Amino acid sequence: MKTVTTGKIISISGATVRTDLTGLTLFERVAVGEQNLTGEVVRLEKDGTVLQVYEDPSGLGLDEPVKGLGVSLATTLGPGLLSVMFDGLQRRLDVLADKTGSFIHPIHLDSSLDLKKEWSFIPLVKDGDIVSSGDKIGYIDEGPFQHPIIAPPGTSGMVENILQGGITLEETLCKLDNGAEILGYHSWPMRVPRPYKKKISPKEPVITGQRIIDFLFPLARGGTSIIPGGFGTGKTILEQTIAKHADVDIVIYAGCGERGNEMSELIEEFLELEDPRTNLPLMERTVLVVNTSNMPVAAREASIYTAVTLGEYYRDLGFHVLLLADSISRWAEALREISSSLEEMPGEEGYPTYLASRLSSFVERAGIVETLSGDVGSLSMILSVSPPGGDFTEPVTQSLLRTSGAFLMLDTTLANSRHFPAINWMQSYSLYKNILEDYFKENFSGDWQTLRNRCREILHKEETLKEIMEIVGIEGLQEQDRLVMTVAEKIRSGFLAQNAYTDDAFCEPQKTLDIIRSVTEVYLKGKTGKA
Amino acid sequence: MRLAEHKYRTTSRIAGQLLHVEDVHAARIGEVVKVIGPDMELEGEILEVTKGNVLIQLFGETRGLNLENAEIIFTDTIRQVPLSKDILGRRLNGSFKPIDGLPMFLASEWRPARGYPINPVCRLRPEEFIETGISAIDGLNTLVKGQKLPIFSCAGLPAKELVAQILQNAKLRESSKSFAVIFVALGLTFHEYSFYLKALQDIESEFAAIINMADDPVMERLMAPRFALTVAEYLAFDHDMDILVLVTDMTNYCDALREISNARKELPGRRGYPGYMYSDLASLYERAGRIRGSKGSITMIPVITMPEDDITHPIPDLTGYITEGQIVLSRELHQQGVFPPIDVLPSLSRLMQKGIGDERTREDHRDLANQLYKHYAKGRELKKLEAIVGRDGMAEPDQLILDFAAEFENQFVHQGTHARSIYKTLDKGLEILHAFNLVPVGSLIKQPKE
Repeated sequence: MKTVTTGKIISISGATVRTDLTGLTLFERVAVGEQNLTGEVVRLEKDGTVLQVYEDPSGLGLDEPVKGLGVSLATTLGPGLLSVMFDGLQRRLDVLADKTGSFIHPIHLDSSLDLKKEWSFIPLVKDGDIVSSGDKIGYIDEGPFQHPIIAPPGTSGMVENILQGGITLEETLCKLDNGAEILGYHSWPMRVPRPYKKKISPKEPVITGQRIIDFLFPLARGGTSIIPGGFGTGKTILEQTIAKHADVDIVIYAGCGERGNEMSELIEEFLELEDPRTNLPLMERTVLVVNTSNMPVAAREASIYTAVTLGEYYRDLGFHVLLLADSISRWAEALREISSSLEEMPGEEGYPTYLASRLSSFVERAGIVETLSGDVGSLSMILSVSPPGGDFTEPVTQSLLRTSGAFLMLDTTLANSRHFPAINWMQSYSLYKNILEDYFKENFSGDWQTLRNRCREILHKEETLKEIMEIVGIEGLQEQDRLVMTVAEKIRSGFLAQNAYTDDAFCEPQKTLDIIRSVTEVYLKGKTGKA
Repeated sequence: MRLAEHKYRTTSRIAGQLLHVEDVHAARIGEVVKVIGPDMELEGEILEVTKGNVLIQLFGETRGLNLENAEIIFTDTIRQVPLSKDILGRRLNGSFKPIDGLPMFLASEWRPARGYPINPVCRLRPEEFIETGISAIDGLNTLVKGQKLPIFSCAGLPAKELVAQILQNAKLRESSKSFAVIFVALGLTFHEYSFYLKALQDIESEFAAIINMADDPVMERLMAPRFALTVAEYLAFDHDMDILVLVTDMTNYCDALREISNARKELPGRRGYPGYMYSDLASLYERAGRIRGSKGSITMIPVITMPEDDITHPIPDLTGYITEGQIVLSRELHQQGVFPPIDVLPSLSRLMQKGIGDERTREDHRDLANQLYKHYAKGRELKKLEAIVGRDGMAEPDQLILDFAAEFENQFVHQGTHARSIYKTLDKGLEILHAFNLVPVGSLIKQPKE
């Protein structure tokens, strides 16, 4: 680790600060001003360095000190993350509230994890064993959750000494013969993907309990779905409903530039609701990363990297993780604001030209992998997008369309008639539906595909008939076509629509199948009866 | 902290309300400066510092100032708002100076105008019903304490009459003893201003007004809502009061933001509005809410005039992404003579679900609202069809729904200037549903009383 270097502020413009300090590295973390505001190096020049400050810069003055910390902006990983709410820089918001009250003031917090808390450690290796990067050396009971402690990537050797029983995270749990030490936690630079042995092609679905998603537009473990929709189309409700019910081990929820009241609602509900699989509050499988719209913009940009690093960490422990980000457009806007304050040449709609490449490398961090220790873990993503004016031709939606596997388009017309989830069944698609076919056939029903085709056929016919009906009226339709319209209406209101505020919020795949089978039976009878 | 006040006469450039000063030794971002010219004193705020060069944004008219006569004083403080309960009953301008002829009140505390973000873990979920007396709001787009619910209007629609009516009737379900209104006028004409002032004086509750008229400095338009919200936070969270912040017209605010951004030579975004408009608006709207450990609340009703009646225009669009719903006024309904002309289909209250039901309003509220929405949406769709095939070409059940939609507009949405209690609103909805036999079997919805 490099020693701390100090320089002075020579200019400030908004949250962009220039210092005379040189010898820093790109993306190095810095402490800015007398209040030690968190910042990051964004540009290196011959006679100075440009920094991005991640907190409210008002009051920052000329000649105040700047310290290079010799490390990148990193995420702290270890036991004690679950059920905590962090801000975009992974500062515990509850600790922040203890320090500065109900309003957030710029303040320096030491660590994201409680390093002094005592845990019980059960080793899985003994003296003389060889451990390599990613191997589990033991675990800590985090409530009912067994939290494996792994050798951080890049650490390997022969075990010389390993502790057992009561420990704190800052203690050396395991000492290796080459002098390397494994603590209860480690840090990982948030902008760097964590290593794994290899990626596997996805075969299993993430069951979301949303009939329209599971049945028509399924998401694969390790895949990415995007949910674009104008305001009021129910993005947040849909994301939160999925966060509650999805059959995954860990949920990382990133509230990126959205409303504060929604977050308080989410916390209260997650504390009340139980995970049906474990009977524990949902909160205990959830990590929240929250940077609401009024919190500093630069930290909003960092928040999704904090979230994805947390997700990758749990993936590396061998869990199935779902990352929900609401909304990725707010992240892109933060990127645009930062880019504009750095006076970079703008691309489409003012977004920097590297928007698409940043987005695709972010989305690529999802996947189902064989971890370094040989387990299987997955990180799936569901990203909501808030296109300006509900216009999907804008750059963020378009870039994401190229990289994600499922597109769930939210429709304002559906939302206006209170049809939720307002997913448009004609425009949406999932590229995972074929690779998941076998799974559904084996685990649920052989006629999964037949049913889906039938359902799509009816909905498609309805769309065509609607146009005809607008001209001739329903009276003018043939009897069989009228049947199609009736069945389609049933599918829409009784199958595709799902109320997030009732018990219907989660629907088992088996039940999904039963409903659609019974609804479309009428249609089938009418059709064959005619023939 | 600097020991002495710094004074400079090294102005190098004045462009509109931007001022460049050279050879400054110490300056902070956001620091307040005083600019003294011939027969004038202005305040300003530091935007940018580059080595010894400082860029200052002035509040107020710079006419008469030149490079030689401007004297700049650096105060070493950031912009603070004097706070006291005595502000209730007062009228101030966009520089937070009294305009009601009375002397300034004594401050018991000073706080920065920009405020600090509420820590999300300290927020309390808004769930207490506020009765506005308006059926389309109470029944279908319920407002709750701590919510920010804008009114999307179009030029020429009676938004101010609607606001006045809300002001007159707004009450919390359990009538709260300490309720006050903070009124923020942004770029209003005298005609509108006097209308609102009269409406405010007619209500029983106390109020404070921050007034920026159409001919007042543009920069003050950006500060006025921040002053108001700092006052609101003080009254709500230090004095446990329920505060309703009424801001009109946010479209003028956004245009001011665009004007200032352009003067600063910033990169324009959609329709020339700056790229940070979302974050800027959020820094205002997100100050509404409730906080754990405090009995008070800030509820916000901003009024927005949609340019060209276009809901996808950046101003309503970005607002809708931040606020918890919107009440949309419709020109068509207005032309039909419906008052208030609220189009319930694009209107929405995101926090409604928690604010209604058994203990808050009535147990059948949710079902009732869903049924009304469902059939009215259908009715509106059929109306388009009717335009093509004519009423006679439509099936009987469809004709029924069409009649229902018309009845809904004329009886439920249209209520004139009379307030309706929530029970009357729900009974009205029930009555219309029953008249058309649209109550589903086995629902929670009660039969109408004889």
